[in-house]
Order: sequence, then structure tokens, then C-alpha cells
Amino acid sequence: MSFHFKHAAAAALVAALAAPLGFAPVARAADVSLLNVSYDPTRELYQQFNKAFAETYKAETGKTIEIKASHGGSGKQARSVIDGLEADVVTLALAYDIDAIADKGFLAADWQKRLPDNSSPYTSTIVFLVRKGNPKGIKDWNDLVKPGVQVITPNPKTSGGARWNYLAAWAYALKHNGGDEAKAKAFVGSLFKNVPVLDTGARGSTVTFTERGVGDVLLAWENEAFLSKKEFGDDKFDIVIPSLSILAEPPVAIVDKNVDRKGTRAAAEAYLKALYTKAGQKIAAENFYRPRDPEIAKEYEKVFPKIDLVTIDDPAFGGWRKAQKTHFSDGGVFDQIYAN
Amino acid sequence: MSVSPIRDEPTPVKWAIVALAVIFIGLFILLPLINVFAQAFVKGWEAYALALVEPDALAAVRLTLLVTALSVTANTAMGLVMAWAITKFAFRGKSFLITLIDLPFSVSPVVAGLVFVLLFGAQGYFGPWLIDNGWKIIFSWPGITLATVFVTFPFVARELIPLMQEQGTNEEEAAVTLGAGGWRVFTRVTLPNIKWALLYGVLLCNARAMGEFGAVSVVSGHVRGETNTIPLQVEILYNEYQFQASFAVASLLAVLAIVTLVAKTVLEARLNARGRGH
Amino acid sequence: MSQAESTAESPSVPARAVPDHPALLTPLPRGDASGWRGHSVIPGFNLTLGLTLLWLSLIVLIPLAALFVKTAELTPEHIVNILTSTRTLNALKISFGLSLVAAAINLVLGAVIVWALVRYDFPGRRILDALIDIPFALPTAVAGIALTTLYAENGWIGSWLAPLGIRVSFTPLGILVALIFIGLPFVVRTVQPVLEDLDHELEEAATTLGAGRLTTIRRIVLPAVLPAFLTGFALAFARAVGEYGSVIFIAGNLPNVSEIAPLLIVIRLEEFRYADATTIAVTMLVAAFILLFIINGLQRWSETRTGRAG
Repeated sequence: MSFHFKHAAAAALVAALAAPLGFAPVARAADVSLLNVSYDPTRELYQQFNKAFAETYKAETGKTIEIKASHGGSGKQARSVIDGLEADVVTLALAYDIDAIADKGFLAADWQKRLPDNSSPYTSTIVFLVRKGNPKGIKDWNDLVKPGVQVITPNPKTSGGARWNYLAAWAYALKHNGGDEAKAKAFVGSLFKNVPVLDTGARGSTVTFTERGVGDVLLAWENEAFLSKKEFGDDKFDIVIPSLSILAEPPVAIVDKNVDRKGTRAAAEAYLKALYTKAGQKIAAENFYRPRDPEIAKEYEKVFPKIDLVTIDDPAFGGWRKAQKTHFSDGGVFDQIYAN
Repeated sequence: MSVSPIRDEPTPVKWAIVALAVIFIGLFILLPLINVFAQAFVKGWEAYALALVEPDALAAVRLTLLVTALSVTANTAMGLVMAWAITKFAFRGKSFLITLIDLPFSVSPVVAGLVFVLLFGAQGYFGPWLIDNGWKIIFSWPGITLATVFVTFPFVARELIPLMQEQGTNEEEAAVTLGAGGWRVFTRVTLPNIKWALLYGVLLCNARAMGEFGAVSVVSGHVRGETNTIPLQVEILYNEYQFQASFAVASLLAVLAIVTLVAKTVLEARLNARGRGH
Repeated sequence: MSQAESTAESPSVPARAVPDHPALLTPLPRGDASGWRGHSVIPGFNLTLGLTLLWLSLIVLIPLAALFVKTAELTPEHIVNILTSTRTLNALKISFGLSLVAAAINLVLGAVIVWALVRYDFPGRRILDALIDIPFALPTAVAGIALTTLYAENGWIGSWLAPLGIRVSFTPLGILVALIFIGLPFVVRTVQPVLEDLDHELEEAATTLGAGRLTTIRRIVLPAVLPAFLTGFALAFARAVGEYGSVIFIAGNLPNVSEIAPLLIVIRLEEFRYADATTIAVTMLVAAFILLFIINGLQRWSETRTGRAG
């Protein structure tokens, strides 16, 4: 028995020691390495963009660059950066989450002015994804509060997309109730009463709706809705464009504190600027993000339907900081709705 | 296992009980395991293999092996030390000490991750100092290892303590009287007596270390190809519409579970054999 | 014969909390009564106890202390506010409530399974016995996605339940299923060795004296295995309360309906609300501590009751 034991123990020991030695994550050969901390639905976009950027970077500078990515709910990702995740650039769902990082001194408070278009190289909006043939006849926001309609959206507290969803519904309700906030609150409240599953991120909600078959309508990023159709086939889902939606500007920024410590500022700047180039804009459009560049926008005009869009700077919201405070802070409107 | 027919219930009752047990274990316990493999192979062998050699999946396997090797080694060494201190000596407060060692069993994995963020996060107690000195703990392999060590803390010690307690200290005392030093007593007298229980504890520690999700999720940062362990990679793929790939990677852990079960059964037979020998 | 098979330490329950040996509870067995430790000729006391305390402090105590320190920074009103908010209360209610239900179900099903495994011989018994440990060995995230797929409306089991109007995945029922899954081995593995060790002669004597089968079970078997059942129940409960990985996939995570306390901790963390996260965490930690002591006491009771550990 002792003999057997020695063998077993030796084997276990060898396995335990050899594993890290043989497979330890070795520093890869890239000259520069960037970490892009992003939100949920940008996985496919940045997979493609990172590859393209690495090629141009190599061609222009002769240096190899490796771009690592982390994805998750936008608020959660901001939290990780605040807690020390060493992001060189953040590409999040909304400005407030980057503001939160800036508040902790990781980047300058005026970060949004450093790049064109509010530092948002692409935009998106919120649309409805419904089951093929639209069996519940969902056409606009007011169809979402009807009894028996199940609405899928992620949690506005953790998901950026969900905050856009919520605000778009709010904007619609204000418009149709003559600006009456109490009525808007009641409207959004009854909308959320129809939500059976509240995932923490946009991608979780998409999976719940598409793969798990829960709900009649998914409030989705436009790009996420297109992607779902692409992934699961046109015969499964339809996209419904509401009469009014919101202009979602997912911003990008360099995290000053991190790039300065790591000495990666130049590469990080080149990376974000490349998002604004024709090539970058094209990749965004191919991944169903609305490009800012007028020329590329024209080229992809047919892809993106025309929608009446309000912006976050609309007086009804007054910018992200105010909107966040009013609606999503502790005890804010969303909490009041959910406490009921 | 002696099963005496004398105490049997009436045959119909007996079969009802057996049937209930079989159905329940089949539906609740076995089916999920089978489901993992069914989903993993839903697109055939080729897709299965492709999912496993994908660079991010390989990186996750490497990280998991590294973290597991470190935390199992640490907990094995310290498990032996703790068991020795507790079972070979008499002192006050021993019972309380054992309760403290057990504590990580009942702490939610999420809380286990959270405490390390509080300590080593950039906003935490030691975080700013660590960052200034270029140490990366949270969102890197050291933090993931720490969280794993925490959740697997009691496994080895808890297997050893009852056995070493039962065996008492006579053999060690005799060896010391005969002039053997501490290390020699440990390797020649104690270790042979506890080897199967030790291996058993290591096995359980290993299974938990490889599969830990909650604690690791909080401290990982989810950087692809760098800070994702196998369970986190499973979650990421699952959230990326890549269900088959997700289950393919998950099947690695399911295989680990099966290997653990088989090894456990073998070890238990050994332990029982030893018990009978006494 | 079967008594000899099952050793007192019953290695099959990895997470049994404190299978405390009664020897530990009795006063110091030998040595001087004046000091805090008994005399021993075995070397290494200072070294090993020192290392034990150091390791325990570094990995467990200091990190957990940080949690208390962080929470202590809050005012009592703030703490009360956090704990009495609807969302927190509901999350705690869901976690503790469903864990209690799951543990109770495991108690009943565990009893059936243990009885079948210990008392009957049937083909496949050994395999069935080995399968009990799957929830121990299968990582929680894997269990989570497997159960979710299984019980979703288009899953193997879910598609059978859907026509009956029963939805499991993404409802509190799904949480229950996950908690039953992870908790079952605790009940079975705690009770199994006790039932195996039970002196059959008592039952035979009772039968000889004319007691019916049910009476024998109620009067002889049940009292003997009751402490073990309660221990298994408490262990399953403790594990379920803290469970995260297997639940979040299947739960639906709807605030106030299917949001468990560990998930709320994560969400609060993601919302930058550290105070909330640590307060809920401390609450759960205290609950875990209390549970540990209860389990501890139960196990001692169990051992003195059955005299197994002697």
C-alpha cells in the first residue's frame, strides 16, 4: 500500500508542480499591450476592431500590439476600474459610468471634451426585438404596459443599456402626457411590472429572450437586436421601431492614471483615434453601431432606420449626472418604482 | 455492506422507496451532468475540439491550473501544520480554533471575494500602497489565488483532524522517546498513518479550487485570455450565444467531477480498509 | 461487520462543519492544569500553532475583519436603513426562506435515499451511492448552466413541465431546484454512516417483542438518526444560504422576487455601494457563524447520542 501511495503522491506532486511551470501564462511577445474595459454588447465590435487596429499599428509603427478586452455590465465594469482593474481605455455604455471613474481621480473631469462627438465615435439607440410575426402586436412603448405583455430588460442599476431603455420609455411617457412626471412615473412603473426577468447586463437579457424563450419583447440596443437576428436567423425575430427613442452615445476615454503608469498613452490615443477613422467607422457600422462619419453613415444608411431620437441633454433629463441622480441613485425614481 | 433481509419492509414499500431514490437521483443529480455532455457535443466532435483549443479557453485552462496548483499546495502544507498543532497537543481554545478553520465553509463565496476587494482594491485598505509599488493583486492571478485559498481553506485540515485525533499521540511519543526528531516523526510515523485521508483532502480541495466561481468572479476583472478561469470562461461563452462552446469548456470541469468521484470511491475503499484493519 | 466499515470520521462529508471529538471537549487530558496547554514530548507545538494562527489570520481572519471595519464606518442609522430596505429584506427573505425549504425537501428526499442505500440491496446501488456526490464535485457554474438549460421551457425537463403551466427556470422555483441540487449530499452523507452503524439488534428485539415496523422505526430508528438528520439539514441550509454560482443562472434575478442575498451583494458592489454590500455581507457572515455553532452543537449531541465517536 505504501508503494502505491508513494506513486500516487508523486504523480500528484508532479502534476501540481508541472502544471504551472509548463503552462504558466508567459508574457506574450507583443511590444505594447492595452486593456480595453468595455460593456456587454461590444464583444463582436471590438474583436474585429482590435484585429484591424493591430494590423495598422504594426504597419505604421513597426511594433506589435496586443489588445486585451474585458466585457460586462457597464456599471460593473466601471466599478472594476475604480477598484484597480488597469484599463488603458474604457469604452462604456454611457458617460455617467466614466464620470464615476473620473470622480475617483483616474482621469480628468473634462474627459468627454477630449475627443470629437462627445467622445462617442459611434451611437446607437433602443429598439424592440419581438418574436417572428409580432404575435402580441407590439408597435410602440404604450403596448409594453398592456397586461399580459412580458418585457425583457436588464437592471438599470447595473446595466448601461437598461438605463437607456428606461430613459427612452420615460421620454415617450413625458411626451404623451404633456410633460407630467407623475404620469411618466406611473407609465414606467407599469412597464417594469411587466418585466419577469431582470438580468444584470444587456447580454444576459438577450440570452434570456432569444435562447431561453422568455418574454414577448426585448428592449435592446439596436446593435444587439440586429446581432440577434443575424445569430439566430431572420425567421425567429422581428425588429420593431418605436415612434420615439433615445440617442445612446457610448463614450470612450483614456484612463490617464493607468496609461501614465504603464507608459501606454501614445498607443491608447492611437487606439481610440482609430475608432474615428473611415476604417474604424466601417467596422462599427458592420457591427450595427451607427457611425458618426457622414460618409460612412451615408453608405450604411439603408441599414439603420430613421427614428425620432431624444438626447440625454434634453431638458427632460438635463445630462447624465442629473438623470443618474434623479432616476437611478439610491431612493431615486427607479427605486421608488421598484419598492412598490 | 451487509444487508439483512430480516428487517426489510414489505416488498412493495421497499421497491417504492428504491424507485423514488433512483428517480430522484436520476432526474435531479445525474441528468444535469449528462446534459453538460449532451450540449457540449450537440454540434459534433469537431466543434467540441475547436471550442477547447480556442486561445481564450486554453488561457483559462492554464490560469486554472496555476491557481489550483498554488492554492492546493498551500492548503495541503498548511492543512498538515494545522492538523498537527490541533491533534498532537492539548491546549485551551482548541474547539474555537477548529470552528475558525471551518469558517470559510459557511461564508458565501461572494463575500470571500468581496473581502479581498476591500483589502487590496484600489479603494481598499492596502490597495493604494500596492499600486504605488507596482503590485497587482486584485484582477490578477494573485487575487484569484487568494480567493481560491480562502474558499478551500478547511478542506485538507478537516479531513486530517478527526483521523489524527482518533489515532492519538502514542506512536509519535514512542518515536520521540526513541530519539527521533520532529520532522522524522512526521514523515516516518504520522504521514504513513494519514496518507489516504491526506490524499482524500487534497482531492476535494482540488475539485473545489478548479471549480470555484463566485469568489473568483468578484476578483477576476474578466480580462479575456488573462484573468478568466475555466468557470468564468464558461459564463462568458454562455453570455456570448456560444452555448455549445460554453458547455464544451464546462465539460472539462464535468470530467474533473467524474474523475474526482471515481478517485474518491477508490480512496474511501482504502480508508475503510484501514479502518477495518484497526 | 458493518459497524467496522464506517469509521468515526466518515470521510464522505467534506463540509461537515465540526465533527468534534468528545476528547476535545473534556478538560485537558494530561499535563499540568495550571497552564493553558498540556505537556507533551512531541516537538513542534510552538512552530505549528504559530504557523496555524498566522495562516488563519492572513487568509481568513484579517480579510473578514476588514469587512467588519468597513461596516463599522457607517452610522447605526445607515446600517438599519440598509438592512430594512425592501430590497435587502426581500433578498434575505428569499435566500433564507428558500434555503430552509430546500433543506427541508432534502431532509425528506435524503431520508428516502439513505434508507434505500443502507437498508436495501438492489442492482446499481453502488453507482447510485457514488452519484450522490456529483453536486460536491461539479463546479457551481457548470451546475448552474446545466440546470438552467434542463429546466428552461425548451429544455429536457422544462418542455415537459411547460404544458402543465409550471415554469422553473427564471422563477423562485428554479432557485429551489438549484438549492436542492447542491444541498442533497450534505443530508445523505451525514445520515448514512449513522444509519449504517445503528445497532440492528435493537430493531430485532423490538420486532420480537411485537412492535410493528412503523413503531420500530418511530421509536428505535428515528431517535437514533435524528441528530444526524438535523446536522445534515443545518449543513444543507448553511450551504444554500451562501450559494451563488448555480443560482444566478437559473434565478431570473428579479428584485424582490428571485434575487438572492449574495447576488444583491454583487449588485451593490457593481453600483459602487460598498456600504450596502458590506452590511449585507456582515449580516450573512454573522448568520453563518451562528449556524456553525448550531451545527457544532448538533454534531456533539449526535455523537453523544449514538456514542459513535467513543
